[in-house]
Amino acid sequence: MAEQKRFEKGKMVPVPSHSIIPERDLDKSPILECSHLGIDFGGLRAVDEFNITIGRTEIAGLIGPNGAGKTTVFNLLTKVYQPTRGTILLDGLDTAGKITAQINRMGIARTFQNIRLFSNLSVEDNVKIGLHNQEKYSALTGVLRLPKYWRQEKAAHERALELLSIFDMQDLASHQAGSLPYGAQRRLEIVRALATNPSLLLLDEPAAGMNPSETAELMENIVKIRDTFQIAVLLIEHDMSLVMGICEGICVLNFGRIIAKGTAEEIQANPAVIEAYLGKQQ
Amino acid sequence: MVFFSYLISGISLGSVYAIIALGYTMVYGIAKMLNFAHGDVIMVGGYICYCAMTYLGLPAIASILLSMVVCTVLGVVIEGLAYRPLRQAGSLAVLITAIGVSYFLQNAAQLIWGVTPKIFTSAVSFPLPQGLTDLGISSEAIVTVVSCVVIMIALTLFVNHTRMGKAMRACSEDKGAAQLMGINVNRTISVTFAIGSALAAIAGVLLCSSYTTLMPTTGSMPGIKAFTAAVFGGIGSIPGAFIGGLLLGIIEAMAKAYISTNLANAIVFAVLIVVLLVRPSGLLGKYVPEKV
Repeated sequence: MAEQKRFEKGKMVPVPSHSIIPERDLDKSPILECSHLGIDFGGLRAVDEFNITIGRTEIAGLIGPNGAGKTTVFNLLTKVYQPTRGTILLDGLDTAGKITAQINRMGIARTFQNIRLFSNLSVEDNVKIGLHNQEKYSALTGVLRLPKYWRQEKAAHERALELLSIFDMQDLASHQAGSLPYGAQRRLEIVRALATNPSLLLLDEPAAGMNPSETAELMENIVKIRDTFQIAVLLIEHDMSLVMGICEGICVLNFGRIIAKGTAEEIQANPAVIEAYLGKQQ
Repeated sequence: MVFFSYLISGISLGSVYAIIALGYTMVYGIAKMLNFAHGDVIMVGGYICYCAMTYLGLPAIASILLSMVVCTVLGVVIEGLAYRPLRQAGSLAVLITAIGVSYFLQNAAQLIWGVTPKIFTSAVSFPLPQGLTDLGISSEAIVTVVSCVVIMIALTLFVNHTRMGKAMRACSEDKGAAQLMGINVNRTISVTFAIGSALAAIAGVLLCSSYTTLMPTTGSMPGIKAFTAAVFGGIGSIPGAFIGGLLLGIIEAMAKAYISTNLANAIVFAVLIVVLLVRPSGLLGKYVPEKV
């Protein structure tokens, strides 16, 4: 049911450019609710008592020192790791027992800290693989290349170009993904994730390796993506200008536990956060 | 004229290698593992077809279809029981398991069907005009070559123009990223094994139709040769497996005809070594330098 609704929603999504001022709906039911989420690696409690709620069009940040468990949280949310404890509700639906592919179809897409594109395939094919679950035709239709196949492929082609145009990358469609410059590969990863029609987009260090002007552009783009697609974004980032600049809610993780939650101002003033980052004041 | 008939037998043999090599190359390309049991699935395919024709009295086409169905199931079961639990394990563990499965199949066949070779009546023979038989063209050769070309075209279309094909290409590049694109990696690998094993069944029937003896070890040598063909053409590449298989068959036939029957295999592998020295990734393979 929910899946069906999402696909219909996906068809209507206008792409992109004109900024729609989203109707804030943080008071409505959240897109993501984690309660008592945790995972142990052997005896090590890598993440424990992770409780977080993300609104439908919220941009949320997950920060913390290196090794705090931020990427582990992403892996838990996408079921790359099976949680030891706790529950994850996505759009009110329990994700227990779901595999990663199903989680994606339920509405979570992500990018990676170290770029993981299908680097031997073309830029367009990368995006089309993200779109493949929204296409419906049988293997026989594909092999015989019946009109239905051409129609859907044409729609996928247009949709792929439309999505690429978010980052002005439509001219690169036929290039091999692995041959793109670093920044373009990072942007392509975001486009590919968006192609799966998510309701929650996880970005793992999207600004890593970018210079200040590229980061500023990325910030604008993240807000633009949220506004046009009306989705929630949860991002891990070390670049505080980005996090403090666009995140409406921030969650600070240290040693696998949440030490602070709040707005940018609240986090900046929080003594526990300052201690985690800078050490105890003498 | 004699050369021509050698060439025909080479192409025919090569087509069988190519069909088997397609199975190897697809499994390698997508699951990144060498399924050394693939050759023995060929043998099982041959036995099933033999039993269906001899004991059940089924017509040839039905026997071939039955054999394909059984092998498909067998391939999926092998993958699920033996390889899937090792998905996160090192490639050596999977390789050793594959060799284990290969011996298991051979010995199981020995238990069921005994070691005495069975005489396989050709499942694909039909009368040919006198002119063709004079040229050394057999009906088996025609069926083999035609099925090989059809399979190769169908597979290329499948991989490039179906949703499952897209999923396969994605898995072949990066399974972790693929599953986050909503692709069920385990199901994709299962389908790959299913296709590879169905092809192995066809290859088994064609091979036994041309060479008429069937024993538990029938599959191992063609299996190894087809693996060679897949490496020769560039493992992971579908056209590579096709070209590699054909060339290998022709080289083998020519070596048998003009040099020495006993040395034929040695010559085949010598050619492989030379090709790999010159092009380490095979004829159509992409050279991927190790990242440091």
